[in-house]
Order: sequence, then structure tokens, then C-alpha cells
Amino acid sequence: MSLPQLASTCNEPTAVAQPIRQRGQHEVFCGLTSIIWLHRKVQDAFFLVVGSRTCAHLLQSAAGVMIFSEPRFATAIMEERDLAGMADMHDELDNVVARLLERRPDIRMLVLVGSCPSEVIKFDLTRAATRLNAVHAPRHRVIAYSGSGIETTFTQGEDNFLAALIADKVAAPSGGTPAKLVVVGCLADVVEDQFARLFAELGLNGVVFLPGRDAIKGLVMGPDTRFILAQPYLGATAAALEARGARRIDAIFPLGAEGTSAWLRAICTAFGVDMVRFDAVVAQPRRRAAEAMAHYRPWLEGRSVFFFPDSQMEPSLARFLSREMGSELLEVGSPYLHREHVAGELALLPAGVIISEGQDVDLQIERCRDANPDLIVCGLGLANPFEAEGRVSKWSIEFSFTPIQGFEQAGDLAELFARPLMRNAMLSGGAERRGAAQ
Amino acid sequence: MKLSMWTYEGPPHVGAMRIAASMQGVHYVLHAPQGDTYADLLFTMIERRQSRPPVTYTTFQARDLAGSTADVFKTACRDAVARFAPDALLVGASCTAELLQDDPGGLARTLDVPIPVVPLELPSYQKKENWGAAETFYRMVRAFVGRAPRPENIPANSCNILGPTSLGFRCRDDVTEIVKLLTDEGLDVRVVAPLGATPADLARLPQAAFNIVLYPEIADVTARWLKTAHGMPFTSTVPIGVGATEQFLAEVRALAGLPKRESPRRDRLTWYSRSIDSNYLTNKRVFIFGDATHAIAAARIASEELGFRVCGLGTYMREFARDVRDAAARYGVEALISDDHLEVEAAIVAARPELVLGTQMERHIAKRLRVPCAVISAPTHVQDFPARYSPQMGFEGANVIFDSWVHPLMMGLEEHLLQMFRDDFEFNDGAAASHLHPQAPAVKPAADPAPVAAAIAVASPVGVIATWTLEAERELQKVPFFVRGKARRNTELFAQGKGIHPITVETLYDAKAHFAR
Repeated sequence: MSLPQLASTCNEPTAVAQPIRQRGQHEVFCGLTSIIWLHRKVQDAFFLVVGSRTCAHLLQSAAGVMIFSEPRFATAIMEERDLAGMADMHDELDNVVARLLERRPDIRMLVLVGSCPSEVIKFDLTRAATRLNAVHAPRHRVIAYSGSGIETTFTQGEDNFLAALIADKVAAPSGGTPAKLVVVGCLADVVEDQFARLFAELGLNGVVFLPGRDAIKGLVMGPDTRFILAQPYLGATAAALEARGARRIDAIFPLGAEGTSAWLRAICTAFGVDMVRFDAVVAQPRRRAAEAMAHYRPWLEGRSVFFFPDSQMEPSLARFLSREMGSELLEVGSPYLHREHVAGELALLPAGVIISEGQDVDLQIERCRDANPDLIVCGLGLANPFEAEGRVSKWSIEFSFTPIQGFEQAGDLAELFARPLMRNAMLSGGAERRGAAQ
Repeated sequence: MKLSMWTYEGPPHVGAMRIAASMQGVHYVLHAPQGDTYADLLFTMIERRQSRPPVTYTTFQARDLAGSTADVFKTACRDAVARFAPDALLVGASCTAELLQDDPGGLARTLDVPIPVVPLELPSYQKKENWGAAETFYRMVRAFVGRAPRPENIPANSCNILGPTSLGFRCRDDVTEIVKLLTDEGLDVRVVAPLGATPADLARLPQAAFNIVLYPEIADVTARWLKTAHGMPFTSTVPIGVGATEQFLAEVRALAGLPKRESPRRDRLTWYSRSIDSNYLTNKRVFIFGDATHAIAAARIASEELGFRVCGLGTYMREFARDVRDAAARYGVEALISDDHLEVEAAIVAARPELVLGTQMERHIAKRLRVPCAVISAPTHVQDFPARYSPQMGFEGANVIFDSWVHPLMMGLEEHLLQMFRDDFEFNDGAAASHLHPQAPAVKPAADPAPVAAAIAVASPVGVIATWTLEAERELQKVPFFVRGKARRNTELFAQGKGIHPITVETLYDAKAHFAR
């Protein structure tokens, strides 16, 4: 990627056409699903969904085998007697919580998660959290947020959780010096540790990751606290931080070598780190990332890719594929585009690429079939039907569950896209399948 | 409000989806928010279904609540009919939409779509998946069969098979097996429903002489209605196991007016179970849990055909609690009726089984307890859709069951024997195999550290600290290692009950006699 090219693309934000917006059936997860990675990350928190049997069934279907290990989440299933007013819902919830805390005394933070049915009946979980805190705090801290599918899509559950966490952490600061930089968005522990080492080498201290491994550790913010998003789906969280005086460092997201460099550079610029030092620190990992990615580039170069909406990470993933892997983008679908936060990403996409926001899944499937991409990035409900048509698919949920951020994971990210194409080439009958699809 | 970490059954609309997905030419418009679309992946991932299930979700959002979610529903119906051109439309609501009280059935009637519309009322906050599937099948059959009189001169050997569904436990192969079996017996199988049936096929149900109910959880309600409304008798035996299959064939022959016939044994289970190495299976304690049909059938096979001892029997299907209680009484155990897996786990621990037959959840419980296990029932898992032919029903099903229950037990025994031989002077880790180079380094096994204390206190699973005399502890070491744990437990239980302290060699053998079976 030569520099003049980069500059010219950056200067033409108008090249991005108006996104397609259609109102029809969405085929996406609700915000509850983010509990699957949140409970792994935040090790002292327990997520209690207040919802229906459907919520419980969704979680166990999404969690797969994890569900058998008594994970740190559960559902308080509302029943007929709760809804018919035969039982007081708040009393019922108190009882469920008391039983749960008795069984799991190790829980430090209990997170009440609102669902579609609890939202529709306007069951006030924030009020419930306040009441439960009066009983169980400080041994068990209780907070609440909504992961309901009528308000949130998949990763937006994490956004609401972090916003609630900020409100709580700032309300109950643990004292100490204010954070200089808050890195916002769930990152796998291995990625967090890599970034922490890089920050140390860059001479940056006072860096706090949100969420960290301990939920109850307070967050101290000062007048100079800056924050940077590590994930593109955190609109409410950013607003919560900004409302408390923190200023956002704008950057593209740390996916691929280019994204990670740009993200770190933005931090360094904000904190006045010498660019010579920056270049020295990132040179080695960036070289390693390039080396790892090079293995997979032949599989992805010139291949056409179609993204169905899933996690809001799609513009960043598409930018990575287009600029670092040389892939062709046919459509980049996202459940929601935060204009400000993804502006940098959209500006780096090739001119004229089709962007879609929201979904009418039937129409989108038709567009996809017409476009006949080499690789379809889509959810698990669509992947096998596409494969049965002789197409090649990559299930998108893996981008939310696999560590893909940072230099050391750039190769893994490329591999996630390349694997279905490699597999298709390996299996006998691959060429015929492709032919059948055309 | 009920705390749930895991559920055996999904919500009732997932049951309705299973019926829609089983059939041809049916489309289900489900008034539901976007998150409910997760249910598609049950079909595309667990069953590896090659097409999307025939379901349209309205995916209304919070902003629609202020306006009209009813309009969103009507648009979705019209679009679905235009796009998928089904022969019939199912309409209903999921848990969230049920609270909106939009009345999908009423709305659909105002739409004037050119195909039959079957409205579903599935109370999400009371009922569960299997009930939803049974209710949906019943509504579909009622809608398409109607009350028109049956034709005259129905051949006596004609029958329908009711109950197999998408995402049902081994339904795909059970249907193949049973159709083949019935055809061999001279029966004419007309309609299999809901799996593979069209609405027109449902309309033809009364043209057969009688119905075969393979899965009562799904088809019992429908079969009862067809009996009441159209006088069609139905079978009551589910052909899982050799005895049940023979009983089933006799019942079917009687219904078809065919003469009684001694059918030749066509299975291998009977002989394998009689062959002497199966002596090892005698009185093995088996804990059984699942849906009602498979649990009851498993208990019969375990007890009558394999010579196990049923030490626990239960179901998560409250609707069939009575049947399971009756069965449990036959084996002298109390039935466990529960949909709380923690309660099931506690029951398994208490029953001390040597084999667990259950759902995926019991498989995990057994794994934790290091007890051999086999899966006999839904909820289904990707492993329940094996690539090979693997029915549970009929004679071939009995063969499959023999293998899938006995192999884990044999593997367990093999592992125990290997570990036991490791202590043997010529089979230990240090001794090289005799066919290898004689100069291979031989490490002398470490000598047994001799216990120094006169009595050994052990934190026992019973909960108290049990004290053993040195002699008793030494005697216990002579018990084969794979039953040693049980011998220790039983002895401590016995000692605790009698207030014996410390445990002597005498106590050990008193306990052995006490627990002898």
C-alpha cells in the first residue's frame, strides 16, 4: 500500500455512497448474546438475565458447550403468575437473587440484564438494582443494563453494559490517581496484555482497560482523562465517558497491522510520544504481523467478499481485507453505523463500495446471490444454506469470540477469512460446487 | 420467576418452528423481535439443514412499539406469502409479542391472503417446546382434515405414521426403519407427518385405517382427536427395544386385521445380551433420564433385555409424569419429574449409577462424575444427527442401542483393567513390553509407601472424617481398585449408621455382607 494512495483515499470521504437502508427482517442476535464473552472477561461478575425461556434458550444455544460448566450467567425466567400479577415481580426477583448469591458466594458483582419481555412490561431493573444493593452491597454490588433485542443488536449489549459499569464505577471510585487513558471495549486477556506491554514500552502509564478482569475495581477520572475505543460498537459508552468529561481519541480500530499502527499512533500523538520512539517500538511487531499476514494474502487477494450485518465490526474488517489483503468488497453490511466513530474506517474503503445499514435479510440474500461473491461473511443461520448452494461462507460470530485485535493477531484475522477458501480448495468437488453456484 | 442456568426445552414457538420446518409448503410468520432469529441456527447448525427454516420473523423494534407493531406483522405476512408462495401459513407470536397482544390470528384473517392461515396461540410463559410442537401439529391437522366424513372401504392395512419432526431425536432414521418394518409386515404406510408432509398430505390422514404414534410427545393430542372425530384407532406401543418392537408389530397386525404371527428374531441384541461376556452387565446400576418416551423405553430395555438394574428413572416432561411414574413403580424406584438439571445431578449422585442414560446434560454430569454414559433423548445436539444410519426404533434400533450403551461400559472396564495392571509386576510403567529390546531401561517401581500411622483418618465423601484401622485400610487395598471407592463409601456409610468407630477389618466385611446384592 503506497502512501500517495492512502492520502488520496483519505481525502475523499465523499466517495462513500449513501448506505442502503431497508426495513425488513433482521437476522442478527440480540444484545444478550454479548454476555457470552463478557462473563469470560469480567471474572468476578455474574450476569442474570431477567427474561423468558426464549432468552435462556438463546444463551445456551449461543454458548454451546460452555453452558455445561456452570458459567457465570443465568436467566430468571418470568412465568405466568408474575405477569398476571399473582406474584410481585420485585419480590420474586429478590428471592431469585438471594438463592443465586447463596449458591455462588464468589460473585462480587451481580449484573441484572433486561430483555425484550422485561422492557415491554417496563420492569424497572435499575430500581431493582438500587434495592438489591441496599441488601447485598458491598459484598455483592448490583448493577443493571438492557440487552433487549428490541433496542440492541448483538455487540450493543456490551455497549450498554459498559455504560452502566461507568456510571457505577464513577459513582463508587476506589480512590487513587485518575486514569490518563481508558482503553474501552472488551479485549481478550492476551490482547490486553500485549497492548499493556506496548504502552509500557511507549512510556505511557496510567492506562486502564474497560472492562478489566475485575468488575468492581473503581474507575477514577480526572480532567485530563482521555479514552480510545478498541471496538467500534460503543456509542453509548463513549457518550457516558464524554458526559463525565473524558475526551475521545479518534482512530480507526486496531484490526490488522495498519489498523493497530494507526490506533497506537493516535494514542501516541494525543500524549505527545516521540514518533521516533513510536516507530522503534512498533517496528518489530509490525514486521511480524506483515510476515504472518503474507501467508494468507494469496488466498484473499482479488477475492470478492460480501458482508452480512452482525457486530458493527464490518467496516473495520472490510477495510482490513481491502487494504491489507487486496480483497474486493461487494457489500459491507452493518447493523448500525456510528457516523462519528466509523468515519475513519469508511473513508478508507474503496470509492463506490456498497454499504448497508440495518437489514431486509431476504432482499440482502438476493443481492448476495446476484453479486456471487467468492466469500460470504454471515451469521450461523445463513451459512450452511449458502454452503448448500455451493457458495463459500465465513461465520461472522467468530470475529467477536476470537482474539483478532493487535499486531500479533493480524495473521490470525487473515487466517479466519482464508480458512473457508483454503478448505474449499482442499476438498474434492470444490470446483464443481462453485460451478453449480454460478 | 424461576432461576435457570440451562433448560431441557426451548419456548413453545420453537416447537411450532419444528413443525413448520418438518413440513413441505408451510411457512410460519412469527411476531417476534430480532433476537429470536437465533432459532434458525438450531436447524442450520444442529441438524445441518441445507435451507433456512421456513420462518419469517417480524423483528419489531422499540421504535415500532410507539406506532403499530400490528402493521409490521401484516406487512411481514403479505411479503412472506408473495416471496415463498407456501400452501399454508402458520401465524403466531413469541414471548415478547405475546405481551403486545396484537392477535396475529385475527390480523392474518383481515389480510385476505389466498391460502389457508392457521393461527397459533402458544402461551410462552406457561408452556414449553414439546407442548408447542404438539399443539401446532394438532392445529394443522384440525385445519386440514376438517370434519368431512371418511371414505368407505378403507383398506384395513393402511396406516399413517404420526410424530416424527425436525430436530427430533433420531427421527430421520426411525422413520426409515419403521416404514421398512411395516412394509415387510404387509402394511401400507400412507402419510408420515409432520416430517416430510404437505398440508395436502394432512388432509389425506383420514383415508387410512389407523394411526401409528411414534412420538407421543408430539402426536398424542392429534391421534386422540383423530380417534374422537374420525374413529381412527392408534397404537400405544413405541417400538424401541426388541420386546417393544415385537409388541408393536403384534398391535399393528391386530389393528390391520392381520393374523397373529410369531415373527423371527431379527436383531442381534438378544443374542449379544445372552452371550457369556454380557454376564458382566448383570445388575449394573443404570440411571435413566430424558423425554418420557425414550426414558420409559430405555428402562424396559435396560431391565428386560440387558439385565441392568434401574436405579433411577425420570423425565423433564411434566405432561407425561404419570406414565413415567407408572414405569418407575415397575422398577421399584421413585420417578424424578423435574426440569431442573441441578436436581437431576443430585439424584444421579445419590443413586450411584454405573451407567447414565440421559440427554446431553446428563452426559456432561456423568462425565464430571466419571461414570460411563450414553445419550438416549432430546434436546438434540449435533452428535444426534450422525452421518451413518442410526435408528433407535425397530430391530436395527435395538442393535444400535446395544452398541451405544454397552461400549461406554466396556471402555470403562478396559480403562480400569489397564490401570489395575499397571500395578502388576510385569505390566507396570517401568517394565518394557516383552517384544521390545531386552536392554530397554527398566525402572523399578517405587515401593508402596507403608502407612505409618496405626489408624488413618480419611476425609470421606459421606461428609464426616472416618477413621480406619491400619489393618482395615490394608484389607481395603486388596479390593480390586475399580470397586475400591465404592467399598470405602459403603463401609463408611455402614459404620456411620451403626456408630462404629474406628473401622476394622470386621466392619469392612460386615458392610460387604450388608450391601451384597
